[in-house]
Amino acid sequence: MGYFRGFAVTFRKMFERRVTTPYPEQKRDKPARLHGRHVLNRYEDGMEKCIGCELCAGVCPANCIYVRGADNPPDDPVSPGERYGFVYEINYLRCIHCDLCVETCPTEAITESKLFEFSFTNRVDAVYTRDELVVDATTGRPQHLPWEDWRPGEDQHTSAWMRATSPSGDATYTGRVSWSGELGHGVRAPEVGQAGGAPVDRGGEPEGVSSEGVT
Amino acid sequence: MSAVATLVGTADHVVVAADPLLRGDLDLGIVGIVVLKVVVAFALLLVSVMLMIWFERKLVADMHNRIGPAVAGPFGILQTLADGIKLFFKEDLIPDRSDRAVFKLAPYLSLVPAFLVFAIVPVGGDFSTGDGTVTWFGERTYLQVADPPVGILFFLALSSIAVYGVMLAGWSSGSKYPLLGSVRASAQMISYEAALGLAIATVFLTSGSLSTHDIVATQVSGNWNVLATGVVPFLVFLVAGTAELNRPPFDLVEAEQELVGGFHTEYSSLRFALFFLAEFMNVITMSAIAVTLFLGGPSGPILTDTLGWAWPILWFSAKVFAFLFGFVWLRATLPRFRYDQLMDLGWKVLIPVSLGWFLLIAAMQVADDEGWPVAVVVVVGLAGMAGGAALLSGAVAKARAQRLADVEAGEEVDA
Repeated sequence: MGYFRGFAVTFRKMFERRVTTPYPEQKRDKPARLHGRHVLNRYEDGMEKCIGCELCAGVCPANCIYVRGADNPPDDPVSPGERYGFVYEINYLRCIHCDLCVETCPTEAITESKLFEFSFTNRVDAVYTRDELVVDATTGRPQHLPWEDWRPGEDQHTSAWMRATSPSGDATYTGRVSWSGELGHGVRAPEVGQAGGAPVDRGGEPEGVSSEGVT
Repeated sequence: MSAVATLVGTADHVVVAADPLLRGDLDLGIVGIVVLKVVVAFALLLVSVMLMIWFERKLVADMHNRIGPAVAGPFGILQTLADGIKLFFKEDLIPDRSDRAVFKLAPYLSLVPAFLVFAIVPVGGDFSTGDGTVTWFGERTYLQVADPPVGILFFLALSSIAVYGVMLAGWSSGSKYPLLGSVRASAQMISYEAALGLAIATVFLTSGSLSTHDIVATQVSGNWNVLATGVVPFLVFLVAGTAELNRPPFDLVEAEQELVGGFHTEYSSLRFALFFLAEFMNVITMSAIAVTLFLGGPSGPILTDTLGWAWPILWFSAKVFAFLFGFVWLRATLPRFRYDQLMDLGWKVLIPVSLGWFLLIAAMQVADDEGWPVAVVVVVGLAGMAGGAALLSGAVAKARAQRLADVEAGEEVDA
């Protein structure tokens, strides 16, 4: 009766839990280090981190970043230091989300969020400007632009803290703070490294954001 | 059988059907009832096709551990409607090299038989205690659109016409994949129609009537004729019916990997929708025919006094539903046959088996009429068939051995 075992398999499957997520209504948790659209971060005092050095534009393999620096206005500086990113544009029709810009940035100004759910109806809209990329001036969270599909918790974990934990995959490099503070979060405590150890308070990680890759 | 016999024997007018509604003079009320039955059957069939497509997609998704259509309406139940509307508004393409008239005709040749077959299916009526009639507006009538004396032959005739729809669609498209698909389809449908017809022949040999109503009536009085038709002809009918419907595992006609869409590759818009509709409607009508021929149609215990007329309809629907579930289950489970396997199964297994069974039943009927001992007839008949089968397989084995020897000897083998 081996012929009929297949029928038993398909019949049993009807009562099993579905692995599919009904996508637009529900979303699966994203990996903590997913590469999404960029944000430009601020320091705790609200100053922008970008210094307009154009390293990101230089390293970008897709040539999608355009930066022009300018001197800070003395009476109302945008960033601490001499210069700031006067023009900052990323063309998302070209960006391949390789994260080289994030790695090269000397001030952790540009990082990537976990958002990839955005679309455009013309090419001009695909170019994000500095005003759209820079984090909110009061909360330090990425801006929820009207054509983007943000869900609660998805705008966490955008800063340089995400990837500075274990440079070059060194499992013993744990517990050391090697990132600057940021608006809305302060200086975040390091997460538990791959070598294990006591869990460290990571400064109010919200519910709903994936915890995989942390333990 | 009695109704037909008396009517045909004594009628001084043309026999339209054995339905008591149509005996005697026709008046406007009777015509109204007939029209009502036609409209209800038409609408019911369309709605059930819509639900069937949804049900199939949902169930197959369940068996694949997926979710299936879930957006249009509650549980995605309006998905088919949405698809239909989409198809309606799509561009209607007719290929340049097509035979335009035939190309336009073919979908209707598929669709119309699918509709018409359902006319002879009794969907209700109390067969257990009554004579299978219901009383509407003071008129006694069968709960089926028509009960022609040729009954089930009408089904065979229409399913043969449906082959034309498939064949002409592929031929008139002026394109090679549809042509290959339609050649496959017509070969497959014609081969399996032989087995299907032989299985059905056993049924009306047992019931003594071609009329679907009488077939159901004789089944109810005789335990659904389980011994005569319930095993061998039923199984042959199921396999041949699945092949006739071009459903998996016999869906070579539409084998995407080999033939794109098969015979309807070049069809789009509403014409494609007609093929789609006909295909799923055929699934429903084939299930309904199977229920009528083998599972006692609408018969079943009537459990309440009030709404007693609803029980037969409910039993009928439940039986048809079981078949529909089975068809979807087959699709979710079995891989597709290879074409030579398909032909082998049809010609070398199903036709001999159903023919042998048909002859056996016929011999038993003759023995019954002539007063011969049935056991002896059965034993002699089986022995004769076994002898014939042995001779045939011996001849086949001999021929194969000869061929192999020829090949080894390096001679040319005639095809």
